[in-house]
Amino acid sequence: MIAELGHVALILALGVAIVQAVVPMIGAQKGWTGWMAVAAPAALLQFTFTLAAFGALTWAFVTSDFSLRLVWANSHSAKPMLYKISGVWGNHEGSMLLWVLILTLFGAMAAGFGSGLPPRLRARALAVQSAISVAFLAFILLTSNPFLRLARPPFDGQDLNPLLQDPGLAFHPPFLYLGYVGLSMAFSFAVAALIEGRVDAAWARWVRPWTLAAWIFLTIGIALGSWWAYYELGWGGFWFWDPVENASFMPWLFAAALLHSAIVVEKREALKSWTVLLAILAFGFSLIGTFIVRSGIITSVHSFASDPSRGIFILLILLFFTGGALVLYSFRASAMEAKGVFAVVSRESALVVNNILLAVSSFVVFIGTMWPLVAEMFFDRKLSVGAPFFEAAFTPFMVAIAIILPIGAMLPWKRARLGRVVRSLVPAMVLAVLTFLLVWAIQSERTILGPVGFLLGVWLVAGAATDIWRRLGAGGIGARLGRAGRVPRADWGRVVAHAGLGVTFMGIAGLMAWQVEDIRVAQVGETFEVAGYEVTLADVTREEGPNYFSTVGLMELRRDGKLVASLRPEKRVYPVQSMPTTEAAIANGFWRDLYMVIGDPQEGGGWAVRTFIKPFANWIWAGSLLMALGGTLSLSDRRYRVAAGATRRNVVGGVPAE
Amino acid sequence: MKRLALILALIAAPAFAVNPDEVLDDPELEARARGISAELRCVVCRGENIDESNATIARDLRLLVRERLVAGDSDDEVIAYLVERYGEYVLMKPTVDGANVLLWWAGPGLLLVAAVGAGLYLRRRSRADEPAARLSPEEEARLSELMRD
Repeated sequence: MIAELGHVALILALGVAIVQAVVPMIGAQKGWTGWMAVAAPAALLQFTFTLAAFGALTWAFVTSDFSLRLVWANSHSAKPMLYKISGVWGNHEGSMLLWVLILTLFGAMAAGFGSGLPPRLRARALAVQSAISVAFLAFILLTSNPFLRLARPPFDGQDLNPLLQDPGLAFHPPFLYLGYVGLSMAFSFAVAALIEGRVDAAWARWVRPWTLAAWIFLTIGIALGSWWAYYELGWGGFWFWDPVENASFMPWLFAAALLHSAIVVEKREALKSWTVLLAILAFGFSLIGTFIVRSGIITSVHSFASDPSRGIFILLILLFFTGGALVLYSFRASAMEAKGVFAVVSRESALVVNNILLAVSSFVVFIGTMWPLVAEMFFDRKLSVGAPFFEAAFTPFMVAIAIILPIGAMLPWKRARLGRVVRSLVPAMVLAVLTFLLVWAIQSERTILGPVGFLLGVWLVAGAATDIWRRLGAGGIGARLGRAGRVPRADWGRVVAHAGLGVTFMGIAGLMAWQVEDIRVAQVGETFEVAGYEVTLADVTREEGPNYFSTVGLMELRRDGKLVASLRPEKRVYPVQSMPTTEAAIANGFWRDLYMVIGDPQEGGGWAVRTFIKPFANWIWAGSLLMALGGTLSLSDRRYRVAAGATRRNVVGGVPAE
Repeated sequence: MKRLALILALIAAPAFAVNPDEVLDDPELEARARGISAELRCVVCRGENIDESNATIARDLRLLVRERLVAGDSDDEVIAYLVERYGEYVLMKPTVDGANVLLWWAGPGLLLVAAVGAGLYLRRRSRADEPAARLSPEEEARLSELMRD
């Protein structure tokens, strides 16, 4: 019964979405206030209906209602509650429902907070947002209905793919979708502005926080996914350049470009048409990402849905929205008149360079991802494009970004003197070069990757420190720190995010350059040495979990006779899906991770054992978190709170703005 | 326990890719084998190289790579040998020939186009005159009020 109610709620949401896509748009065109006013309540209603549908599906999963085909195919009564809930979006239908739920959530938020906006812009933006809802609700109802019943309900379900039964992956899709779909707001505002023929600082002030929020969510989502791969797949890889990963990375790069170019529109009223184009492309790439993942057109490790009819439907949605927006853009872009004048050496120019590098690097990822398909269709060549290509073709862009970033971030607006900024960065440069030399001297392998990664990483972190030091004004440390609270949060955000990028650089370079790996057969009780650690396989036991069986190795790692870590790597078998998984045991550390994996019993006795020493591994995700934190600081900047506060006074009332 | 033993027997997939019995005694040769393995695709897998994959075919390919290395092949010869048998599909890093030139030069090419475009834009921007303020007095007042926030 509840499932049927969910189904009805979804149909009602579609009905509301159609109204919201049409009525306010006509109202804005004709100047009919009443018609425009339909948008906000419709957005709230649409969200409520979608939430009800999502709630109904969640209820079916939580209560293990195996009469629903989807629940039967993706759940099991013995599965822990967390994974019953995450199972809602651990499949095609449910994840699309989550996608639409977040889409309508953003629409409702724009409706709730947006009363400070010009009414026409708001009506049009909400109408565009709702048009996207119409497309995806129709997609769900026509091709991917999650509420289908089974005629004869089976006794138990088929369980969720065990690789997905993991806390890191339980929250990976929601964050990723918040990011993907968050970019729809920037898209809707861009299209509304194109129809309006007007982009100004106020527009950018609206678009930037949405983009920033989407980017923060994407950062966290991507970091969670990479962290999951690191500990779950059993050998500590953190990024595979898999099509599905690339699908999330391309919008991230575009969102990063967009949130930088929107600053130029906001502060200097320049780069307008470029910013609108970026907003279209950023969401366009989110749709491409959805298409790649959902159609399974480029098969990959993660893809768990493949049905061509769905793929074609999403492709049509993608073509309609991106293509339509680009056509509109080609007619209207010339109406966006730039106002700000600036010299060739200025922060504006630095941000243009930033945008070029981010956008082109994203296109490189795109071309690399699509190339196998293109080569097969047009050149009759079956080939692969894997990590070695991306490492060669993509990395140079990141190196270039890292080199110019500290200088660009400190250039003043309008007209800058390069010499002055570079002089203030001399200490950071010296520190970076010294680090390079030190790292080069102490590393035992002769790789260039590690020292260069640290050179760039230290340059970024020290550059960020120089940046904030200058922002704190003149005087001694005490006087400067006393002013820390008065520096706008946006400046702190910039500095923290840029430093975070440096930390991630060091993590990636350190891990890739200096990882130590040991593969061997170990007898129970045997001790062997790996990179200065004495590793003992103390015991191997067999254990039983709620929905799996497990072989557990007890490993002890000592350094100079002192116990450093006692680890329990597992090899699990999930009988329902008849699938083995490795559960690596990791001793996390600031400088290095100790990473143990246990494998199969060997014919001559003993167990296959893999030991990794992974230096600086956690820096990768620590840096990502710093980037997300920097974004959050920037998002909480006074100028956005003031805008939101002004709105809140009008709508909700009673809540003090500060 | 009996049930567990049965299940374990049914599921023969090894827990990880490179198994101890595959590792060559000569560490230098083994390091080369690992390097080559990272460049070769497991042909039945979804985008994994043979060094990461625990599929049976990946194991066969790993053993084949090591066999060729022990026989004295150079790295390039080993890769050429595998390409001959399995097609260019096994290469994780596509060659720079024929249509693939497009793939490899897309990045630098786009960068060049973007740099020229941006250069023209910056030149125009730096020479343009600041357009006259077109705000009405009330708008100016409202603006300065907003800016004070």
